[in-house]
Amino acid sequence: MSKMPKWADTILIPLFSILLAFFFSGLVIFAIGKDPFNAIMVMIDGAFGSTGGLGYTLYYATNFIFTGLSVAVAYHAGLFNIGSEGQAMLGGLGVALVCLFIPFGHWTIALPVAVIGAALFGGLWALIPAYLQAKRGSHIVITTIMFNFIASALIGYLLTRVLKVPGAMSSETARFPESTHLPTFHEMLAPLGIMFNKNAPANLAFVVALVACVFFWWLIWRTRLGYQIRAYGQSESAAKYAGISPSRIIIITMMISGALAGLMAINNVMGEAERLIDNAVEGAGFIGIAVALMGRNHPVGIILASILFGFLYQGGAELALWEGIPRELVVVIQALVILFTGALDNMVRMPLERLFVALKRKEG
Amino acid sequence: MTLMQKFLGTAGALVLSAGAALAEPAVIYDLGGKFDKSFNESSYMGAQRWADETGEEFAEVELQSDAQREQFLRSFADKGMNPIVMAGFSFATALDIVAPDFPDTKFVIIDGVVDQPNVKSVIFSEQEGSYLVGVMAAMAATGDTVSFVGGMDIPSIHKFACGYAEGFKSVKPDGKVIVNMTGTTPTAWNDPVKGGELTKAQKADGSEVVFAAAGGTGIGVLQTAADEGMLAIGVDSNQNYMQPGTMLTSMVKRVDNVVYDAFTAGTDVEPGLIVLGLGEDGVSAAMDDYNADLVTPEMMAAVEDAKAKIIAGEIVVHDYTTDVSCPAY
Amino acid sequence: MVTRTAEGRQETAASFAPAPTVPYAIELKGISKSFGPVQANKNIAIKVAKGTIHGIIGENGAGKSTLMSILYGFYKADSGVIEIDGKRVNITDSSSAIAAGIGMVFQHFKLVENFTVLENIILGAEDGPLLRPSLSKARKLLRELSDEYELSVDPDALVENLSVGHQQRVEILKALYRQADILILDEPTGVLTPAEADHLFRILEGLKTQGKTIILITHKLREIMEVTDNVSVMRRGEMVATVKTADSSAEELAELMVGRKVLLQVEKTPAVPQDVVLDIKGLRVVDGHGVERLRGIDLHLRAGEILGIAGVAGNGQTELLEVLGGYMAASGEILMQGAPLDLSGDASDGQTRRARGIAHVPEDRHDEGLILDFPAWENVCFGYHGDPKYQKNALFMDHKAIRDDAKGKIERFDIRPANCDTPAKSFSGGNQQKIVLAREIEREPALLLIGQPTRGVDIGAIEFIHQQIVALRDRGAAILLVSVELDEIMSLSDRIAVMFDGRIMGEKLPQETNERELGLMMAGMSTPQKDA
Repeated sequence: MSKMPKWADTILIPLFSILLAFFFSGLVIFAIGKDPFNAIMVMIDGAFGSTGGLGYTLYYATNFIFTGLSVAVAYHAGLFNIGSEGQAMLGGLGVALVCLFIPFGHWTIALPVAVIGAALFGGLWALIPAYLQAKRGSHIVITTIMFNFIASALIGYLLTRVLKVPGAMSSETARFPESTHLPTFHEMLAPLGIMFNKNAPANLAFVVALVACVFFWWLIWRTRLGYQIRAYGQSESAAKYAGISPSRIIIITMMISGALAGLMAINNVMGEAERLIDNAVEGAGFIGIAVALMGRNHPVGIILASILFGFLYQGGAELALWEGIPRELVVVIQALVILFTGALDNMVRMPLERLFVALKRKEG
Repeated sequence: MTLMQKFLGTAGALVLSAGAALAEPAVIYDLGGKFDKSFNESSYMGAQRWADETGEEFAEVELQSDAQREQFLRSFADKGMNPIVMAGFSFATALDIVAPDFPDTKFVIIDGVVDQPNVKSVIFSEQEGSYLVGVMAAMAATGDTVSFVGGMDIPSIHKFACGYAEGFKSVKPDGKVIVNMTGTTPTAWNDPVKGGELTKAQKADGSEVVFAAAGGTGIGVLQTAADEGMLAIGVDSNQNYMQPGTMLTSMVKRVDNVVYDAFTAGTDVEPGLIVLGLGEDGVSAAMDDYNADLVTPEMMAAVEDAKAKIIAGEIVVHDYTTDVSCPAY
Repeated sequence: MVTRTAEGRQETAASFAPAPTVPYAIELKGISKSFGPVQANKNIAIKVAKGTIHGIIGENGAGKSTLMSILYGFYKADSGVIEIDGKRVNITDSSSAIAAGIGMVFQHFKLVENFTVLENIILGAEDGPLLRPSLSKARKLLRELSDEYELSVDPDALVENLSVGHQQRVEILKALYRQADILILDEPTGVLTPAEADHLFRILEGLKTQGKTIILITHKLREIMEVTDNVSVMRRGEMVATVKTADSSAEELAELMVGRKVLLQVEKTPAVPQDVVLDIKGLRVVDGHGVERLRGIDLHLRAGEILGIAGVAGNGQTELLEVLGGYMAASGEILMQGAPLDLSGDASDGQTRRARGIAHVPEDRHDEGLILDFPAWENVCFGYHGDPKYQKNALFMDHKAIRDDAKGKIERFDIRPANCDTPAKSFSGGNQQKIVLAREIEREPALLLIGQPTRGVDIGAIEFIHQQIVALRDRGAAILLVSVELDEIMSLSDRIAVMFDGRIMGEKLPQETNERELGLMMAGMSTPQKDA
């Protein structure tokens, strides 16, 4: 019945979308008088050409894996969680409180507690919109968007009034104690004899992200809860028929979604900044929407899409550094990729489908 | 095949050009962006002035993400850029980590303090300049109420507000200064509509002069002040030209001079902490053709008098950031 | 691209063909249409004479709707020619169909509920920016038509306040207002009471005598036999026969539809009712708008009998099933084998009910009974996903156990394609229903709730489903059957209760009643019975 083989749907369409995006990005670069081929080489070399670049690419990718999983889990329940951004901010708060106020001897003890703190804060932040949706019918898209603003203001308030180091200029918390420092790739790989750039921010959180991907896969496709989430996401009326309580699924799924978003703080707050700064999430929550969409809400797809966006971020930085391509145009290129891979999915899909139908008819 | 050759060719060219870029000075703009009509733009002006005069080139980049502070500092230092100038206290943490790894590179941080042997830290006594414009506001107002619109609610903005209030109260001790902050998030730096709304509200409460220290938000404040027949005071760079006729003055921070001086000194930048106040011409109340009609000789005299007293130490303007409180509020 | 060229060639050929001496109202020649690999219409040819009622019958998925959609411009045929009054027309969208004099009455009405009848009639056919002239023109026309064809409708009533039968008249009036000469009706009686259906057929007869041509799409053989002059039978995308109705019989048409002989009657022995399984007392449901949907239902049901609930759709049957299924709140009392059920409507009670032996084949398998995107195997445990036999441990489901179960069910119920990885949406209606039925029946429930068991199911599968229901009864289950198909209720039930407007109008034994009597009760023409 399906018009295309599965491999075409999962590989060919994203590939064509990316190629189209790069084609139009190339036109943009050409239009400002730069060499698009050179630009793409700078991006690739900058993002993958050295362990330093790779470390940044993977650092960004780690953020996007968490937020991508967050959006995807909600999506499986038919919920559009726009609030991963705010949930990740609150996750940061959870991590900061844990790292600042609980004395740990070693990161191996700090990490599990920080994971709980991040997941708990992110999850509880998602609980409020979830409750309002489940029990009061307030649309989750609206409430989660609003909760991003509330989260931003709340963190801003705490950082300027409560958690700030007295006398310091920046609205940020004190630096976390040395004992909560997560191993970077350099520190992780050096014992294995692999020399990884010691300044690249990629850290153990990447491994945590991969674990989260496995958890996600087990949850969605192997557990009863995942079965119920997917069933509810496909059809609320069918779920009710099958004795699945919609409000229970909404609340549980959103808390898992918020927890996954919150876990991003393990990477950017605990792993990289080692303190909570204002606007630490920097839009990764929104990129998560594109990542989930492009990754077809599957952990493998999400990992690949996250690395693509990590590449765009790191490669884009290199463009800004060495090619003099203004920051705004780098954002334009990133936006083109989101546009083509996310919003314009059908633009690529329809001609491809027609092509496959035509091919099949020829065979038949 | 030919495409591949082209790829390989450009990759080779890239390595060459990267190798050629040596010992240039570099400037890193903060998240606000190069053309923020505020201190980033001011640092760009200084760098450009140096480039125009010497005919030499400099490297520059705008931050997109907080994680890039350290990354860009390292990238520039790795490529041999020297000195590397950055505007914004947010760089302090990253620079503190990066500087020891590049002992031969000189770094200049504006608005922040980093105690490293190869770092020059430049901070401004904004409270002193704000005091002067406060004096002018008090004298320009017929009644006894003026106001302040800040960007994000952080101590360094209160530093402006507090100096302004002190200056105002030195002339009108029983007057009132309405202080409003636009928000608690970074979007507060770029919300001209909200800035305009706050200005209208302040006008309704009797304010006659408004001082905007709010980044992009200030544009809305200055515009609304012009529309509502109030006087306005700009900030950071000289903004008197923006609304001629209603711009009383601007509290100028000479960020451009710092960048220009650092570029000129090159690798001979002198490390250490420098505080630029009225005495060093680091801050000032801008006087030019645009506001000449609004500044009375008495005002001019009062400003000169206060300036002299501050330089002499007879007046000590309170720095809000030292104790997070303001005696003049 | 290739097909387009072929069409182009045909076009030239057609323009040289001699015009027929007596033009048909509609003539279709060689219409083909594919959706991907599925050929929905294969080289269809049909001639509809002017001033006749022409029936088109066929099973679900036979291609009737596709053909009519092509005629109304929703789809473009891959190849073929449409001629109206002997003139070739190019129908690209619904407005060109309307221009060609074709009017369509859809199964699901396309009316704006909070507009008045008049506003709906002129919608999209306004004469100018000002509404008044159009409205008064429509009012005048409405008066003429209501006198002529019994098409009376209050022009100023809001559509949402009209009965279904009246809404359908508005659809017909819309088409007539647009000067349609050819009227296509898609399954028009699905939502009507027998009396309303009879009225509709009188309207159609009246239109016919005025020279209008009517195409009636239906799967109800009885209607075809009653009102049509000619009938075309479709099977698997092909037009297999066009016959004069008077020269044919229901049995012959059924055979043509299915391609083999079919039993139109259900064979069953008299019921042997046992103990009371379900006892419903004073059941009331108030919906979200404060409207009372069930107004005090009293019913009881014994093991080993089938209680049929007859009624026109929307008279509370759906609510009754949902309350019994455990996902609609109600007041009153329901005793299941003597113990009360929770009536709070919290969906999670559905699990408890299943454990207590209540199985439920819902009215709408697309919306409720199946998760269409799930493969067949994930659907065979739907609703029973908490059953220990499907669990590996506290956290994980036992996929192997579920798949094995699915494979067994596919074999025993002859579900095709026999592949448990096929998504539910890719099965035909009959096979989808078999998946649901296999899931619910194989648990040997004490009580089976079954709604519209054969809606959208092909005749071949209907036989099988009816046999399964009777067999379950004979094994001692109590069965509550809800159906809007009176034939089905009559042939399956051991007892019949008629619902109208949230009430039970009365109970009848099938052998002691007839369609006329039930039809009157379905229309509310009898006093509610106090106690069953």
